[in-house]
Amino acid sequence: MGILEVKGINKRFGGLQALGDVNLSVAENTVHAIIGPNGAGKSTLLNVLVGKLIPDSGSVMFDGQSVLGRKPHEINQMGISRVFQTPEIFADLSVFENVLIPCFAKRDGSYKLQGIGAVSGHGDVHDMAEAILADVNMLDKRHMIASSLSRGDKRRLEMAMCLVQEPKLLLLDEPTAGMARADTNNTIDLLKEIKEKRDITMCIIEHDMHVVFSLSERITVLAQGMPLVEDTPDNIKGHPKVREAYLGEAQV
Amino acid sequence: MLGLNTRDFKLFILVCVLALAAPFLLNPFPTASALGESFNAGYPALMQRFVIFGILVIGFNILFGLTGFLSFGHAAFLGVGSFAAVWMFKLLSYNVVPAIILSVIVAGIFSVVIGYVALRRSGIYFSILTLAFAQMMYSIAFSDLAGKMMGFTLTNGETGLQVYNDDPQILMGPDSPTTPHFFGLEMNSQFTWDIGGWSFVFQNGYYFSALFLIAAFYLSIRIFRSPMGLMLRAIKSNQTRMSYTGINTKPYMLAAFVISGMYAGLAGGLLAAMDPLTGAERMFWTASGEIVVMAILGGVGTLIGPVLGAGIIKYLENIVSKINDSILHQWFAIMPDWLDNVLVTIIHPFIGKGWHLTLGLLFMAVVIFLPGGLVQGGEKIGELFRRKKTDDAADGAKTPAE
Repeated sequence: MGILEVKGINKRFGGLQALGDVNLSVAENTVHAIIGPNGAGKSTLLNVLVGKLIPDSGSVMFDGQSVLGRKPHEINQMGISRVFQTPEIFADLSVFENVLIPCFAKRDGSYKLQGIGAVSGHGDVHDMAEAILADVNMLDKRHMIASSLSRGDKRRLEMAMCLVQEPKLLLLDEPTAGMARADTNNTIDLLKEIKEKRDITMCIIEHDMHVVFSLSERITVLAQGMPLVEDTPDNIKGHPKVREAYLGEAQV
Repeated sequence: MLGLNTRDFKLFILVCVLALAAPFLLNPFPTASALGESFNAGYPALMQRFVIFGILVIGFNILFGLTGFLSFGHAAFLGVGSFAAVWMFKLLSYNVVPAIILSVIVAGIFSVVIGYVALRRSGIYFSILTLAFAQMMYSIAFSDLAGKMMGFTLTNGETGLQVYNDDPQILMGPDSPTTPHFFGLEMNSQFTWDIGGWSFVFQNGYYFSALFLIAAFYLSIRIFRSPMGLMLRAIKSNQTRMSYTGINTKPYMLAAFVISGMYAGLAGGLLAAMDPLTGAERMFWTASGEIVVMAILGGVGTLIGPVLGAGIIKYLENIVSKINDSILHQWFAIMPDWLDNVLVTIIHPFIGKGWHLTLGLLFMAVVIFLPGGLVQGGEKIGELFRRKKTDDAADGAKTPAE
């Protein structure tokens, strides 16, 4: 049994079958990539996993519990964090404040009115935030306003915000989309580093084959809303059906 | 100090000084002089409005400044607070303590209900929902619909609610004051200090409200600097990330809405305590709009901005609307007649009943040149001085070398 078990998911948008009978099993402590051409249903699948979309049929079990019908914040509390295609951070706040918020959420759960004690009075939360910033090498940028960071740093910050919650599953939606080669390689290194340091399962949706093959241990190929094959990276590279559907265009 | 950092503490002391020394600060000109008659604002009725509307806008800023949710119906809570307070005067006695407590509680209850519904939507839809609620409440109060349904006078419609001789007032003793009082300390009793050409008026009611302003300001600093304030700013910044951080944003927003509604209720209660009658017009949408204008003029999301905005608008409303053509002729008496007449003709539309025109121009100028409000203007001036100082210092360092 994997940590994430998706069974028979169907989702229609009007006449379009976005997902047709998708099965997916992500094993614990692995990096699992989901690839496929544009319109294959990758993003739809991800939105189902985080509770943003409700599928027409099928089941999604995470760690033995169903995630369907739960709100995004409840799914996050189960241990699923998400990194977005464009980094979703608190752009108006400082880097340190950005990290403080998930630290408070981690310590206190979803919602607890803190009274009117000053933020600076919560030493344990400060230590937690400093530790994670040091972890992603951003401690020197702690006073910067998040919107003034470079794109790579925004990505780093978003990762830090997800990681401080110690999720069991980290979902990454095209983490290198629109990045220069150097930034892409930095992101790959960052992800590898994260994987080495902690027990975490990652599920990556990605377009860039370079990223996929340098990170993942298993790959699921989606095409037109259906899972085409699921295998190890080496087998996927040579798979004739995959070449035909997808890799032929990507010039690997 | 007091759980505030040095900068916030300085700001807090500044507000304390402004509030407590207002009778001096707002009377810069001798009372009988022409300038004094036109520009002095240190009389109790106006000073009360400064601090009461200050409280109202401080509360509004906790919602709008922190979460970015623009409520366009905040005057409704003010009105509800006033009605609750006047009812306490009618039923119990003229003591302001139960009146103010009830006005805060009733405004809190109304804001829980309205907030719960309106916060289901965000952006413009939230604003429209709050506006719709406020206008409904205004209509109900203006026609006294709720009272008619229950068979008694609740808001007294167009006439407005006030205390009559045959009201129960069950806590009234034989020699209780017949105006609002704080355990015998009458709100409208005052002490005048004449010195030189000046006369400074110290009124109980003003100082009573000013203490509430100081408390309200202190509470707002604490909220701004608390983890809850941080969460509210995060909601303004990115709601998506909030929910993907496992945080349910609804309770936070409702808490902010209710707190700001209770601030408005307090302001309404104080208005009634200063003058024990109220009417539905206090809840009209233009009154809500005025709150928004005050907040934006002063500086949304800043601590002291709301107090400045409320003060300036109430000052303009009372001072500019008091100026008329004959006062202008007095000012320009030393000029040749033709110039005098030309100037008066030009200025005429901006004074008296035209004070809204002056306010409109000021508001436009602030929004265009200082989107951060007057606080941003203050910061810019501060920067200019600092730069000048460092320039001077640099010059000073160079001179001996020459």
